[in-house]
Amino acid sequence: MAYHNPDGVMIGLEIHVQLNKLNTKMFCGCSTKYHNDEPNSHVCPVCLGLPGSLPVINEKAVEAAMKIGLALNCEIVPQTQFHRKNYYYPDLPKGFQTTQYDFPIASEGKVFIEGEDGEHVIGITRAHMEEDPGRLLHIGSIDKSKGTMIDYNRSGMALIEIVSEPDMRSPKEARRFLDKLRNIIEYLDVCDTTLEGAMRFDANVSIGGGSRAEVKNISSHKGAERALLFEIVRQKNLLRRGGTVVQETRHFDEARGVTISLRTKEQEHDYRYFPEPDLVPMRVADRTAKVAETLPELPDAKRERFTKEYGMADMHAKALTSEIRTADFYEEVAAKIDAKICTPWVADVLKGELNYRDLTVESFKVDDMVEIIEMVTQDKITEKSAVDVIRAILDSGGSATDIVKEKGLIKVEDDVVSTAVLEVIKENEAAVTDYLGGKEQSLNFLVGQVMKKTRGRADAVQAREMVLASLNK
Amino acid sequence: MSKAKWMGISKVRESIATSSSEEVTASYLDTILKSRINGYVTINEGAIARAQDIDKNKDGKGHDGVLAGVPIAIKDNISTKGIQTTCSSKILQGYVPPYNAHVIERLLDAGAVILGKTNMDEFAMGTSTESSHYGTTLNPWDHEKVPGGSSGGSAAVVAAGEAPISLGSDTGGSVRCPAAFCGVVGLKPTYGGISRYGLISYANSLEQIGPIATNVSDIATIMDVIGGYDPRDSTSIKQEITYQDSLVDDVTGLKIGVSDEYFAEGIDEGVEKSVWAAIQKFEDMGATWEKISMPHTKYALASYYIIAMSEASSNLARFDGTRHGLREEGENWHVMASRTRAKGFGEEVKRRILLGTYALSAGYHDKYYLKALKVRTLVKQDFDKALSNVDVLMAPTMPTPAFKIGEKIEDPLALYLTDVNTVPINLAGVPSISMPCGLVDGLPVGLQIIGNHFDESTIMRAAYSFEQNTDHLAKRPAGVE
Ligand SMILES: [Zn+2]
Repeated sequence: MAYHNPDGVMIGLEIHVQLNKLNTKMFCGCSTKYHNDEPNSHVCPVCLGLPGSLPVINEKAVEAAMKIGLALNCEIVPQTQFHRKNYYYPDLPKGFQTTQYDFPIASEGKVFIEGEDGEHVIGITRAHMEEDPGRLLHIGSIDKSKGTMIDYNRSGMALIEIVSEPDMRSPKEARRFLDKLRNIIEYLDVCDTTLEGAMRFDANVSIGGGSRAEVKNISSHKGAERALLFEIVRQKNLLRRGGTVVQETRHFDEARGVTISLRTKEQEHDYRYFPEPDLVPMRVADRTAKVAETLPELPDAKRERFTKEYGMADMHAKALTSEIRTADFYEEVAAKIDAKICTPWVADVLKGELNYRDLTVESFKVDDMVEIIEMVTQDKITEKSAVDVIRAILDSGGSATDIVKEKGLIKVEDDVVSTAVLEVIKENEAAVTDYLGGKEQSLNFLVGQVMKKTRGRADAVQAREMVLASLNK
Repeated sequence: MSKAKWMGISKVRESIATSSSEEVTASYLDTILKSRINGYVTINEGAIARAQDIDKNKDGKGHDGVLAGVPIAIKDNISTKGIQTTCSSKILQGYVPPYNAHVIERLLDAGAVILGKTNMDEFAMGTSTESSHYGTTLNPWDHEKVPGGSSGGSAAVVAAGEAPISLGSDTGGSVRCPAAFCGVVGLKPTYGGISRYGLISYANSLEQIGPIATNVSDIATIMDVIGGYDPRDSTSIKQEITYQDSLVDDVTGLKIGVSDEYFAEGIDEGVEKSVWAAIQKFEDMGATWEKISMPHTKYALASYYIIAMSEASSNLARFDGTRHGLREEGENWHVMASRTRAKGFGEEVKRRILLGTYALSAGYHDKYYLKALKVRTLVKQDFDKALSNVDVLMAPTMPTPAFKIGEKIEDPLALYLTDVNTVPINLAGVPSISMPCGLVDGLPVGLQIIGNHFDESTIMRAAYSFEQNTDHLAKRPAGVE
């Protein structure tokens, strides 16, 4: 059914992706691995903006930017350039940010998401390179802190800013877009999205073709959905009361779940962009094809291949490819076990248990998965026991083999079951007579006795068959 | 040494060989101490220790560098590790850089001994060194006159015998102007010829570090040390020039272009005569000259100032009291930064920041900044065209000899106008050398020899030949041998 977007919601997103998997920063040789280190321990004249220092472009950052652009189906500009965005802020050591302006590295792309009414295309306006500012820290809360401390470790980290078209029609679509984007970024191996500040978002929201409000300071996908829900309701209420939405910048207060006005259009900065004279325009046209060759298989392509190659339903392919590590995990398992059998085990069972515990697939070993599925297919354990083993590994660790042994989950052998059947028949003459006399319920009693004797490890269906066979002899 | 004297690098090295770098350095420091021209803003406390280090290595290992033990003065906008670097501004008072500029690394590798940091117009914004926070430097030829600027200190100390050689920087004439006013030799190399890493930016797209010396050979020696590609400056260019090889006394067949636009209204009659006499001399030496047209010259000044001020407005944003230099306290960061900037910057710097901010602002950006870039392209084309017909251009460096201290400082426009012959060269990015070609009323006149991109060899050959066949460089300020 087509989605009609009753309120005329239009959402556009700006996403900052920190290229924290590079070895060095955007314009200097400082290490990017500062997350666990002392403040101001990863700095040099360049990222501190010391007088006389000059930037040098990190070629690997350019390559990563091109990869992102290509993965978002963008055009890569033949020649790119950096500009200065001038504004004063203590975290900005040069008093300007080196960024891209009218020649962004990538533009005019698109991303496919699961929309309100099936596949929906989100346009990508541009993706450009820039440097991260430092971080401001306070002792205690901002208003009570005695002063502001500045940590320049983050200063000069390479960022890619991705700007979307206002093509999302609901907070849910925005969330799906962000999920998809993170998915792609992870596939490209350019950003560890689990690190603090790895992905940050701004959103612009308008309804019914009115003015748009820009919402800043969103730091999670969940936060994005909440901020957008709040903002849409705020705008709708405003309109219902006869007010008008003004073009402004609003701040998302994550703790309270509300957006607060920061500044109106009249108060917007004039950034006085001009070309960065310390960096010459950079031709990348001759590199694009080479970079394209290094692109890994992307989520959409992998999803399609999974349905074809492993004969799985699209629902399973989607679940398995939504994170590259899950997809890789699956393929490793599928290399050892018939794909048809292992698909539901990984896509439904394991993923479900992981989600329930908010764990990633790294918490589980491929070998354990293979062993568990094999034990099921070889009839050594029941499907129910297999699920128990998976849960036990996730909850308290250990290997599949040990857990199966400890818990005595191995299915009993057929001869143990047949011995039990014979014993039960011998010990319950009355019930046997009743059954042979036409009393069907007596069969259930006998099977129940077999299960009791085998302490439940026998397969109930199998036990029933064996009791029947003995009685009918 | 009792009296200040001009000593070229080779003389200094002879002197070191017979005595020591320590003695030579001490003698320069002594001259500096007695000086009245205010050429230095900071003396390097470690100069003697450095000279002693070089002396220890003199025989054999270690310093066989071409500048082993040779003292040098450095403009105060070039980053020197451990030596205060202020750009002659109050806002950077107390700033001791933790790193050396590329040129300083190269000089130290070659064995040079830094005497100290020289006075300049604040952040290199000026033509007279009068905008320095430390007060102006006096012209050694006449203490009532300005030394030129912005590298006034670097030129004056060389002319006064307070350093054999020095480094300046040239954004719109800042090496050539003071070299002309102080009667010494100064080179602005091709843009990209020397790494700017560690040169505190005024207008990045225009400026280059440049040497100042008492003779053309020393310029070549310094350039061979500091010139060339540096990966830390993305605008530096891979071009190998051996300056020493260009020191050939032969201008036979050299084609000189002379443009009337460089002898425009307001030019001093004596300057005009001296420069024409120099061109005549080149003709006598076997060169030929012809008139060429540089039709966009008259727009160069406006274009230059808009571009320079625009870049400066952004470059100087980092001086906010947060990380280095002056800090005026305030109730929050923005107040602190504003007060620091209000107190730390001088009038001329504030004027240029404001004008540059204006030129880049929404609504004016196209009208001023973009227009200036377009004019810059036209000026470049003038040079491309002219230098496809002739080998070098010759012109007066400055339209007048050194003017009186205080004469123009209250009238910024009049001061800006004196840059008319130097700024087009920076817009085009071509190399230019200024050298003395006569005296007018006891003050030196500078001849400017301009060449094609990275064709320093040709202008150096012309300059060297002129030096060998004239005695202009034998003339020195009173009291200097
Ligand atoms: Zn750094």
